[in-house]
Amino acid sequence: MIQFGPAHVIYILEAVRWTVVLSLVAFAGGAVLGLLLALARVSRSILLRAFSAAYIQTVQGTPLLILLFLAYFGLSLLGYRLAPLVAAGLALTLYVGAFLGEIWRGCIQAVPRTQWEASDCLGLNRFQQYAYIILPQAIRIATPPTVGFMVQVVKNTSLASVIGFVELTRAGQIVNNSTFQPLMVFILVAALYFAICYPLSVASRALERKLNVAR
Amino acid sequence: MAFDANGAVLAEPQGDAVVKVRDVVKFFGQLKVLDGVSLDVKAGDMVAIIGRSGSGKSTLLRCMNGLEDIQEGKIVICGHEVGYGQSNRADLRRDVGMVFQSYNLFPHLTVQRNITLALTLVKKKSKAEAQRLAEQVLDQVGLADKMLSYPEQLSGGQQQRVAIARSLALSPQVMLFDEVTSALDPELTVEVLRVMEDLAKGGMTMILVTHEMAFAQRVANQVVFMHKGKVWEAGPTRELFSSPKTSEFAQFIGTGL
Repeated sequence: MIQFGPAHVIYILEAVRWTVVLSLVAFAGGAVLGLLLALARVSRSILLRAFSAAYIQTVQGTPLLILLFLAYFGLSLLGYRLAPLVAAGLALTLYVGAFLGEIWRGCIQAVPRTQWEASDCLGLNRFQQYAYIILPQAIRIATPPTVGFMVQVVKNTSLASVIGFVELTRAGQIVNNSTFQPLMVFILVAALYFAICYPLSVASRALERKLNVAR
Repeated sequence: MAFDANGAVLAEPQGDAVVKVRDVVKFFGQLKVLDGVSLDVKAGDMVAIIGRSGSGKSTLLRCMNGLEDIQEGKIVICGHEVGYGQSNRADLRRDVGMVFQSYNLFPHLTVQRNITLALTLVKKKSKAEAQRLAEQVLDQVGLADKMLSYPEQLSGGQQQRVAIARSLALSPQVMLFDEVTSALDPELTVEVLRVMEDLAKGGMTMILVTHEMAFAQRVANQVVFMHKGKVWEAGPTRELFSSPKTSEFAQFIGTGL
């Protein structure tokens, strides 16, 4: 048995980087997809509305673990062998997109209908209404729940460990397999997740307070 | 204007009517809120639409501006037919301004930007020109010093005056006012009504839905009394108030008949 030592700690600390990278990829991809889905959900086209609603329902009803399996093992059966980071990034993007799409739809719809009417009466077209009136107000409403959801995403990246992507959780497993010190190892892993997520939670609460006061 | 008690047109519409409403029927689900409404408004008229809550007056105003669809009839404002399709929406918007009960200023923009936004985006004015127009209309409503304030920093009356200025800046042919003082306390109501009275004196064609009977009686030259989704009684203000033809209107203005 190998003693749990500084080398292990450094190995785990270095894996934090991949958890952060995966979180950022998931968030960037998910934000783009989520915005498109949110706009489609409130569009005038029945087809777009139905498609985005179906997508959101389907993905929200599927465990992230299964999405990861599909992206990694499923696609490789079809001949697309993705690197673990790419597969995990893809699965998380699809997942985050569905949730952000639904959160942001709610925020767009939370802007009072009278804002649409007033800007319509001034002659703004639909694009101008979104760009200058609706989205700037929706973003204020959306900031706290979005930051809150980021915390979930960071923690959910741990599932990528099952397809062999060596992020924080997987690194912990590897170290534990050689040292058999689960308590030490996973307390360290948990503390590192906390160190990433806590600032986000604090930021979320601070934003909420700030935006509430401003309105 | 000439109507019988059921709102049917007695005389042929005048050629110079800028607003023509013909036999408009509007349903909210099963509920018939407008039941064959017709009326004409001439350029320079100030028409007050009055009536009890639920008589359809606000709905009529919203239909005039295409904010609600109508099921039957026809509305033509400044030569643009309202509703049905988007093709002439921009033309309608160029000629018709609207002010709402709840002001509906854009809370994330300064007073100045509230006014210049449509000037630059829709009317394609230069920044300097939009700025000059904003100063001019704000001065007109007595708020020249509030240029850089945000709506939440203003009183209700000031917000409503900014809303009027915002609409006015686009130099519409017709302005619609939807119970613009209903959310204000009496003190603030006065300052808004004063602005509207100035507009009327300046020759602006105005249609207002209002509960301010004294104001309607003093400033409007035409009054339309709506009841049960119909134009129940309509005509020149003085005539109408001095000799109500229907018991409903008499009751409404409280003279008894």
